[in-house]
Amino acid sequence: MEAIAAEAGGLEEAARLYWRENPSAATLRRDGRRWTAWTAWIVAAFTVPGALLLALEPLTFPVAALCFAHAWAIPWIQARRGARQVVPIGSERSVGRSANTDRRAERVALGLLGDLLDHVERELLAATGLAPQQGELGVWLVGERGAFLVRSAGRRVDCWCVRVDEADGLSAGDRVAHLLLALREDELGFAKVANLGFSGAIWRVRGRLPDRSRAALAAARRALA
Amino acid sequence: MGRLIRLDRSGHTTLAEWTAADGPRADAAATRFREQLELGMVASVSNADGTAEVIRELPLDAELVVLRRPIAGG
Repeated sequence: MEAIAAEAGGLEEAARLYWRENPSAATLRRDGRRWTAWTAWIVAAFTVPGALLLALEPLTFPVAALCFAHAWAIPWIQARRGARQVVPIGSERSVGRSANTDRRAERVALGLLGDLLDHVERELLAATGLAPQQGELGVWLVGERGAFLVRSAGRRVDCWCVRVDEADGLSAGDRVAHLLLALREDELGFAKVANLGFSGAIWRVRGRLPDRSRAALAAARRALA
Repeated sequence: MGRLIRLDRSGHTTLAEWTAADGPRADAAATRFREQLELGMVASVSNADGTAEVIRELPLDAELVVLRRPIAGG
């Protein structure tokens, strides 16, 4: 395969995406503000008409309730979609839960992944299914598909959709190792390759995660405090 | 002792082991390394500070070189 010119030590996968903006802390802040503005707009666009209807004619309560339901449901669906972009090891959608999983390969992969992490990180991975990585942009939590980025002193989480390009046959541990290595090689390149699926307050995503994985968000938040 | 491993369906496979002093084994490892890059694998070595580095030549003083598949946006 022809090598694509990449900055020294950077991701070739990112260099191929020449048309994409290079991410930075500033572009992430801007995108976060856009997500917040969009959510506020959705809430206002449905709440204000609902409130007006109630003020003009209380008998329109059923229609107003529908408006309020939309104002609640659309941001809820957005946050759930963001949370579902990240698949922790051992979660319902993990490849490790498949009947076809090669248990031996899974153990070998988890062993190598454990070697890539320090003691505390390894314990968090075992407890939550997400591998933590402190970066310049914040604390990343890497799943076998997708990653969270906790930033802004732990108040905001970004949900990134990213995966191994040809993951056929790879075990859950190896998928995490792939993403973790790529992230360590070039954090900004990793963010350039990944697609930002959601950005918002951490509590909005926390409730949509599997119970065991919520502790990873709390740990990332503590690390940034 | 350096080790070249590839993340694959078996968890990982050791493709080569070498020492800098052992010329033929180091050459064989470098050949395997180049073959894997030509197949589209990405090679990286971990640094002491927790980062990693993409490499295009096999560093003979490295303890562990990992070959992975490319990543993509979802």
